[in-house]
Amino acid sequence: MYQLYFVLQARALTSQTAESDAIRFLVGTQSLKFDNQIHIIDFDDENNIISKSVLQHQAGEIWHISASPADKAVLTTCYNKTSESRVVTCGAVWRMPPEWESGSHESPDDPHNSHNPQNLELLCHLDNSSHGNASCVLWEPMGDGKHVISLADNHALLWDLTESSTQATISSSATLEGKGQLKFTAGKWSPHHNCTQLATANDTAIRGWDLRTMSQIYCIENAHGQLVRDLDFNPNKQYYLASCGDDCKVKFWDVRNINEPVKTLEEHSHWVWSVRFNHSHDQLVLTGSSDSRVILSNMVSISSEPFGHLVDDDDLSDGEDNHQDEKTKEPLQDSIISTYEEHEDSVYAVEWSSADPWLFASLSYDGRLVINRVPRALKYHILL
Amino acid sequence: MDGDICATATTPPDSDPARKRRVHGMLKLYYGLNEEGKTVDQAESMNPCDINGTHFDPEVYLNKLRRECSLGELMDQETCMVKQIRSLDSDMQTLVYENYNKFISATDTIRKMKNDFKKMEDEMDCLSTNMAAITEFSAHISGTLQDQHAQITKLSGVHTLLRKLQFLFELPARLNKCLELQAYSQAVSSHRRARCVLQQYSHMPSFRGIQDDCHAIMDKLAQELRQKFRDGGSSAKDLSECVELLLQLDEPAEELCDKFLIHAQSRLEANLRGLEAELRPPLSSGPTSVIDPSIGPARRLSAAPTAGSPTDPTSPGNPFLSSSSRTDILEFIDRGCNEFVSSLCLVIASYQELFVNRPQEGELASKNIPHMAIGKLHAFVDAMATCYFLLVERRIQEEKSVGDNSLLVRALDRFHRRLQAVAKLLPGSAVPSQGTEIVVRAARERIKQYLAALQRFYLDSLRDVRQALAAPRLGGSSAGGGSHLAGPATGKDAPASLPELLSSLSASILNQIKSVLASVHLFTAKDITFSNKPYFKGEFCSQGVRESLVVNFIKFVCQSSRQFCESAGDRGGSTPPALLLLLSRLCLEYETSTITYILTLTDEQFLVQHRSPVTAVAALCGEAREAAQKLLNHYVKVQGLIISQMLRKSVETRDWVNTIEPRNVRAVMKRVVEDTTSIDVQVSLLYEEGTRKAHSSDSSKRTFSVYSGSRQQTRYAPSYTPSAAMDTNFLSNIHKLFSERIDIFSPVEFNKVSVLTGIIKISLKTFLECVRLRTFGRYGLQQIQVDCNYLQMYLWRFVSDENLVHFLLDEIVGSTAHRCLDPAPMEQSVIEVICERG
Repeated sequence: MYQLYFVLQARALTSQTAESDAIRFLVGTQSLKFDNQIHIIDFDDENNIISKSVLQHQAGEIWHISASPADKAVLTTCYNKTSESRVVTCGAVWRMPPEWESGSHESPDDPHNSHNPQNLELLCHLDNSSHGNASCVLWEPMGDGKHVISLADNHALLWDLTESSTQATISSSATLEGKGQLKFTAGKWSPHHNCTQLATANDTAIRGWDLRTMSQIYCIENAHGQLVRDLDFNPNKQYYLASCGDDCKVKFWDVRNINEPVKTLEEHSHWVWSVRFNHSHDQLVLTGSSDSRVILSNMVSISSEPFGHLVDDDDLSDGEDNHQDEKTKEPLQDSIISTYEEHEDSVYAVEWSSADPWLFASLSYDGRLVINRVPRALKYHILL
Repeated sequence: MDGDICATATTPPDSDPARKRRVHGMLKLYYGLNEEGKTVDQAESMNPCDINGTHFDPEVYLNKLRRECSLGELMDQETCMVKQIRSLDSDMQTLVYENYNKFISATDTIRKMKNDFKKMEDEMDCLSTNMAAITEFSAHISGTLQDQHAQITKLSGVHTLLRKLQFLFELPARLNKCLELQAYSQAVSSHRRARCVLQQYSHMPSFRGIQDDCHAIMDKLAQELRQKFRDGGSSAKDLSECVELLLQLDEPAEELCDKFLIHAQSRLEANLRGLEAELRPPLSSGPTSVIDPSIGPARRLSAAPTAGSPTDPTSPGNPFLSSSSRTDILEFIDRGCNEFVSSLCLVIASYQELFVNRPQEGELASKNIPHMAIGKLHAFVDAMATCYFLLVERRIQEEKSVGDNSLLVRALDRFHRRLQAVAKLLPGSAVPSQGTEIVVRAARERIKQYLAALQRFYLDSLRDVRQALAAPRLGGSSAGGGSHLAGPATGKDAPASLPELLSSLSASILNQIKSVLASVHLFTAKDITFSNKPYFKGEFCSQGVRESLVVNFIKFVCQSSRQFCESAGDRGGSTPPALLLLLSRLCLEYETSTITYILTLTDEQFLVQHRSPVTAVAALCGEAREAAQKLLNHYVKVQGLIISQMLRKSVETRDWVNTIEPRNVRAVMKRVVEDTTSIDVQVSLLYEEGTRKAHSSDSSKRTFSVYSGSRQQTRYAPSYTPSAAMDTNFLSNIHKLFSERIDIFSPVEFNKVSVLTGIIKISLKTFLECVRLRTFGRYGLQQIQVDCNYLQMYLWRFVSDENLVHFLLDEIVGSTAHRCLDPAPMEQSVIEVICERG
């Protein structure tokens, strides 16, 4: 377990999606008084060293951050812009300056040596004043970095970026109609179905959208007793979706049957703010909650890797012994693998590393980033 | 020898014969003879010192005496011996004298006999000569009478034959006459006598004619008898005579049995039809279906109120029952018993009289009629009983109203009792056991109905409670601005009703259980015949009443309570929170006392023998406790959610950047305090106070100053001076202060303070999280300060540990300060003034 403190409070965390070699996380800070920063956290797995680089994000406090799947240097943020007496949340596409890696690399011994941090280079704004405050920006999963969706109040906007990402145009949009002030709280772009589906959360409902027609395809009313805070798609099972919310529950849905969740976890003692499937082994589910806990669960029963299935197919010849082994190992149930209690304040974001599937980071409001590993025993259990 | 003497001395005089024998015995001994005349066993008297022995050696004896005895003893010995010698001498003299006299008289007698025999010899000779003369005469006489005797014998033979022939010739006429006079039995016996002869001589034309005539007449007679038998109007005695005669006439017994049974069947079926007419016509029947719907709803109507209040014996359903011209079950069974069962018994009795218990004679015995007849009877009785049982079961199944069980039990008892008569008449029959099975099934069904009734009652009671709860606070639960008045209203109205509702609910449930137990108990009453069947002694009590009824009901209560948590959980507020609280308390009471009480009551009433595995009290209590805990947790969650929603709305909908300077506490905060107070009142009605940590002397003020002053500064000071040292310092401060993690939605204890703590925790945490999502202006921060101060003033008293409230409010203000564009806190004194103004 490795901890890292930031000076400022932070909510936004993402792993650098396009980077598959280095274990790298991006954290956006939240401060109304100081210039906000994007911290680039590098974790050297072999030497167990954390190193941190800082880029200035002067536009405002960062509520959401998201890295391009195609270009390591490109990222989007949602940030609060305060002008006079108005607070507006905007979205923007940024490019990291090419020299950040050499230039402002801080040594881990002196993390506050913040001389002349470099600025992010603004590529374009994802703004449209008529569409209200952006709550998050989503990249097309595994795409070429040309498409993003931003959720702004009750609109879902699909943007096309130019080659250099310097210009963004709205190609289509969907609007949530209904009584009262509807507002998207979270969203996720499905990696399945050729990336034509989007899931959004507003209040207690989860909706699915077809991006080709920008129309709603399903709606799970009252998915949670209270507000839905986050969503994630199972990377390997196209109809499976996880959601979490203020009722302290994490629910797993099969969107083909939206009447009942497939599975419900009720382990947190306060709102669950973030839920993430492991990118490679989707039985590993990470959740972060404002009870300051991070919980790693092993959802074998709804995983795409039923336990021991592969081995079964491989060794049909000398089956006897293997079968015996299978049977002894079989009763691996859905279980909580571990509860991480290193945080002292609400955990608003958890993220798996995109480079190492056994590594994850969690970020709490007091500015503490914790990097943890999946327990070795479980790792071997899954691999072998 | 002296031992013997002593013995004789002690023997009383009345045992004289014994003494004589003994003397004889001694003499015999002396002469070496025992009773059988054999010499006495040598081994016994080999001792030379034995004065009575044959080997007595006076010298040795004397020496021994001299050696062993003192002078005194010797003297005594001597006198004793002298005395003995003297008595022996006199005995000997007496014996000799007696024997001498007898010998003389015997000699005399022998002499006299000699004379008498001589005389007798002469007389015998005379007698023998006389006898020879008599023999001679007798032979002479018999020789003369020989011829006449032979003639007489022949004549008497002819006479008998003629008489027989006359009888035969007269037989047809006689039979006809008998037929005319209906003296069937005489006719049959006459015919029977002649039958063999006629059969034997049937080759002779004259006899053949007679035989044919007789046959014709007898056929006619049999015909007549059959007719009589078929008519059946005749008395049992006539009937039996009839059957007997027919049997004698070689009528096949099987046919007779069949005829008899068919005849009986028709009568029994008439009875059954009568019974069936009393049953409701089956739904499929065509013409009655027009009437059926009209009866249907009426019956349903009547069933509803009886089910709703099964304790009420004068339920309004009864008029409906009678209006549909239905007899009650007791009448039905009565009728069944009196008509069907008694006729059946009669049939069985007379059948047995006729076919089974008759003395068997002649060739009839060889046919083994009783065996065949019994078989037929069994089949017949079984078939009839099956029809009857079908009807009875149908009737029992119609007995749906659980109002008065005694009627059913009495009916079943009568049913069962009457079947015992059949059992007595027909020992091997399966009918009584089938009857018992029906009773058992009815009892099982009854238990199911009672369980269903109890469950219905429970749900109805809950609905009533829910209505009672909803009545005083219409529209109050739809949280919003309009509920401002409803809050205190519940505070006032609920106090009177909540404990009352609870006690009336639990009392009515308990009463209901008791009355059901009492009703069910009727099945095992001593005067009920089937109560001593093994089922009613064992399984009915343990599996039936205890498990299926009582335990299942308790489980149902727990389960339905739990369902309130689950179904209402996601949608929120569909169940009034007060009901959750009430049910939680109910379950808790069940856990602490009621379950034990009910089960003890059941065990006592039904003397449950725990042979079969039964649910343990502890397991049920555990279940109840679990339900209570779940309900209370859910109550906390729901109440916390209601308050949370108010707070969330208030934070989310306001523009905190451009708000005006706070002049008073926001109405929402007042509402929160009011609601909390009313929850406090509500919970205190049902739950005890609970323990709390000691308060500081002036909780409402002191702590507030702490966080608005020093705490708050440390809280966001590091933001101004971002240095590593301060940062870690700040964190370690937090570590020190709040090493204990606060679980927001954690299980609560069964007391008021814990419940309120839970609700306040949830509410304030929501407040905190909402604040963190907003951006504040200067006055926004100040407003939050005022609000938190106000909450501080009122909320600390509700919770177990006031530090909790301090901590959370600190966090709120701290987070607000963080989220503030222009953090300029308000003066504490100003805040206090505003808060006191209200």
